[in-house]
Amino acid sequence: MKNTFLMRNPSILIFLGLLALFTLAVTLMSEATGAGLISTSFVKTLGKTLCLCLIAIAMDLVWGYTGILSLGHFAFFGLGGYMIGMWLMYERTRQIVEGSLANAEIPPTAQEITDAIGTQIFGVVGSSDFPAIWAFADSLAIQLILVVAVPGLLALVFGWLAFRSRVTGVYLSILTQAMTLALALYLFQNDSGLRGNNGLSGLQNLPGAGDIPQSMVSIWFFWASALALALGYLLAAFVVSGKFGSVIRGIRDDEVRVRFLGYSVEGYKLFIFVITAMISGIAGALYYPQAGIINPAEIAPIASIYLAVWVAIGGRGRLYGAVIGAALVSLVSTWFTGGQVPDLPLGFSTIKWVDWWQVVLGLSFVLVTLFAPKGIGGLFDLLEGIRSPKRHGAPLGPDAGSLQEREAQE
Amino acid sequence: MRPLTPIPDFPGFSFMRPFLILLGAVILLALSLPVQAGPVQDILQEHSTILKKSSRKTIQPAIDALANSGLPQAQQVLQVWQAKDMWLRQEDGLFFKGETLPSKAIRLTDFDTGDVVGEADKKALKQLKPNSGIRALIATALVQFQLSDPDPARRAEALTAIERAPDASTLAPLSGSIGGETDATLKARKQRLERLLTISFDKDDDARIAAIESFAGDLGVDVRAALNPILTTTRRVFAGDPPVGLNIARMLKPGADALPEAEAYDLIVAAKLGPPRLTADDLRAAMLANIENGAVGGVPVADLNTDEVRIRAYAALAEAGAVPAAVTDAQATEAVKTHRFADIYEEQSQAVTDAAGAALKAIEAKVALNQGLDLGLDALSLASIYFLAAIGLAITFGVMGVINMAHGEFIMMGAYTGYVVQQVVPNYTVSIIVAIPLAFAVTFAAGVAMERLVIRWLYSRPLETLLATFGISIALQQLAKNIFGTQARPLTSPGWLDGAWVLNDVVSISYIRIAIFVLALIFLLFFLFLMKKTRLGLETRAVTQNPGMAASMGINPDRVNMLTFGLGSGIAGIAGVAIGLYAKVTSELGSDYIVQSFMTVVVGGVGNIWGTLLGATMIGALQKGIEWLNPSNTLAAQTYMIIFIIIFIQFRPRGIIALKGRAAGD
Repeated sequence: MKNTFLMRNPSILIFLGLLALFTLAVTLMSEATGAGLISTSFVKTLGKTLCLCLIAIAMDLVWGYTGILSLGHFAFFGLGGYMIGMWLMYERTRQIVEGSLANAEIPPTAQEITDAIGTQIFGVVGSSDFPAIWAFADSLAIQLILVVAVPGLLALVFGWLAFRSRVTGVYLSILTQAMTLALALYLFQNDSGLRGNNGLSGLQNLPGAGDIPQSMVSIWFFWASALALALGYLLAAFVVSGKFGSVIRGIRDDEVRVRFLGYSVEGYKLFIFVITAMISGIAGALYYPQAGIINPAEIAPIASIYLAVWVAIGGRGRLYGAVIGAALVSLVSTWFTGGQVPDLPLGFSTIKWVDWWQVVLGLSFVLVTLFAPKGIGGLFDLLEGIRSPKRHGAPLGPDAGSLQEREAQE
Repeated sequence: MRPLTPIPDFPGFSFMRPFLILLGAVILLALSLPVQAGPVQDILQEHSTILKKSSRKTIQPAIDALANSGLPQAQQVLQVWQAKDMWLRQEDGLFFKGETLPSKAIRLTDFDTGDVVGEADKKALKQLKPNSGIRALIATALVQFQLSDPDPARRAEALTAIERAPDASTLAPLSGSIGGETDATLKARKQRLERLLTISFDKDDDARIAAIESFAGDLGVDVRAALNPILTTTRRVFAGDPPVGLNIARMLKPGADALPEAEAYDLIVAAKLGPPRLTADDLRAAMLANIENGAVGGVPVADLNTDEVRIRAYAALAEAGAVPAAVTDAQATEAVKTHRFADIYEEQSQAVTDAAGAALKAIEAKVALNQGLDLGLDALSLASIYFLAAIGLAITFGVMGVINMAHGEFIMMGAYTGYVVQQVVPNYTVSIIVAIPLAFAVTFAAGVAMERLVIRWLYSRPLETLLATFGISIALQQLAKNIFGTQARPLTSPGWLDGAWVLNDVVSISYIRIAIFVLALIFLLFFLFLMKKTRLGLETRAVTQNPGMAASMGINPDRVNMLTFGLGSGIAGIAGVAIGLYAKVTSELGSDYIVQSFMTVVVGGVGNIWGTLLGATMIGALQKGIEWLNPSNTLAAQTYMIIFIIIFIQFRPRGIIALKGRAAGD
């Protein structure tokens, strides 16, 4: 079975091979495990990029294959980050607090330790009590389960409500955007229990690994991200191949027809929505320890729209397209906004790329949508000689799918 | 015939002589005593003993004599005295206004004439230094002068000062000044203030009750400010029943919500009726203080890591007499049971507190009603802002079905157009009149350009329209940032839009919000007229319902789409000017409104302007309602509102007013 699945999809093997090569190359060039050609911060950037590729795969699954333009997947990404962040922050603070209290004249009680941790973590929002949502913060196992459970549950409830009432197309997009905005606004409050707009910080320090240098930690996370991306790619490829994949593509192209054929469209959509939310949660849980800080601004609707932009530029409906888009656009964005690109003198004024990159990105996105709907992935079609049918002339009517002038003559 | 008599002495001369002598004497006198005693000096001399002694208890007659003398200089004398500028000349006991010169000498000025009488050495003088008590008494006396000042502005000023810091001592002068008040407005103000001061400071309970009752149903904030202190209570604990004579607001039963047991015991401790409870901190401190040979009360230090062990160690310490015995929970409960708790009014008279309570209750009921009205106005104003922001979308998204994520940026463009116009045209009124059509023109052009260049290629792919317009949106936003910078730009409204329409102390609405409401109304009428009565509206509706059929009827769908889209964008531009007037213009102005605008259109029902109106009203009312329930937190209000909308969509997926039949499209 596995053999035939891989045989039918040679692109998987190529992708996994390239990913393995890339991981090996970065490992050999990193400061901790190799020649030190790549700085620790760049290893982190690459690791983060792999996480973004993973969520781009999730986005491709839900948008490119199932046709649901979700503008909420970065909310799931952020939730995953928050879940792991709670454990990282609690555990590290606990170790510091215990370390400092151990020197006291009499040993601290459990209550005193909890109070001290609470003051450390929530002092910044003027509180010292642990909110109920931190109940499991001391347990890594439970927080790891929550990394997938919380986004999955939110997606389940939201998706069930939305799909049940047949909200589709742009309405669903706006609704998911509203959900993301609601979540971000909620987290911005100081009494949300997650430190308001301060967010969770110091996540790059692994509890109990204080002696291990960041260069080593960064390469660990890089490996974990690469592994997660490989597994996520395999899972996504498995889901979209075979009959299940055919049904969800059918839903994308004509939902009503699939429903009339007897398939439970809502069930399929809900499954895809929930599983991609979980993948996003995992991606977030790997991303934010590398970023070191998470705050509600990360969840804002604009982030989810950028995600859609990456997938569209990379090429919808093909998994490697999503990966290419996410990697390319996020890395180029980092490059441009990091101020490393030389300014472009135009004589009358100078173009500072830090200021103008957004404009270029926005316009290039319009161009891709208009002229290359297949995105960068379309180039691979050209290599294989697959071309879209040529439709010349102006459309005869403004309806979707109306014949073009030339077609009518033939 | 009368014999000639010698010419007698010129009669006048004989009279003149003693006069001249007198004159000479006076001049001589004046030379030796340079100041002629005047009425002010007389009063001061009369009270010179108490003035010199200067005690708060005895000084009142002197102040009264000055204040009630009716002399024009009285006010100045009091002010000088209050400012510690009154000096006593030792040699003759006269009082002067003194000014310290750079040479350390004192220049003396006579109170009656205002003439400088000379300079004197500090040693020959004595400065009158009224203490703070006396100065307060003087200030009270001065209020009367200000309250009766010929200048109405000064009188109003004095009233404002009293209003700001009401004080018992101001009541009498205020009452005194009412009779002579000529200005009707000021008189009404004085009378109102007198009644307020009566409530707070009058000695006579009946007068206070009468004053309280005279304010029945008055919505003024000042009334509530006067009534509330009367009703302040302190929570007290008594070993037995509360003593008679206390004005008890209510008795409290410990253990209920109003007074949890722990709090009740804290009251007992605070009243020194019982020993304090052992807190975790006390416990820890006791442990730290009694470490002996690595153990506390026989318990090794290393074992002291739970509260139970610590309490055991503490008990051992108490037995040894090292620490006072701790209060156990049972003892605390017992103590709470035997004590009585009550809220006691600080005001002694029960009749007054009852009257104040009743009046405040009636006022609060009325205030609640008015607050409801105010909330309604707020909601209406927010709704009109949402409606303004959404009406352009109602055209492009509602009628044409085009998702324009750059709609918010058109609003922003409109606002920036207004800002640029104000840079060129300095007159605010003119600039707004110029800005509105200009904003329409700019955004109309931008909308048409966008439709021609991008959107028309994507009519059959709505999701891609969404993304492409989003690309334009981020490009426009960044462009605005590059041109205008990140800081907020002001769009100043004309002077006649400043201020607010104040109905009473509770209900008020700013003119600018009324203007926005009116603008929203105009747009609604314009939209209805355009869609129902004009050729373009007819064609738009035809193209929306069935583009193929419309095209075969001779309508050019391309042209109609272009114009409709331009129109929707143009209206967004005008909305931008309006929104910019009351919010700061930033490059993020549009994105603040875009989600709400889409919500408004979706909730209302796509393709129907009445639906958009209802949607805006509902969202505005909802947001204000939630804000009212949770006033400190607008973020939470928005969160709950969005959740509500998501649930609302479950029950009416096509909005409040859903199109039915063929018009509904698919």
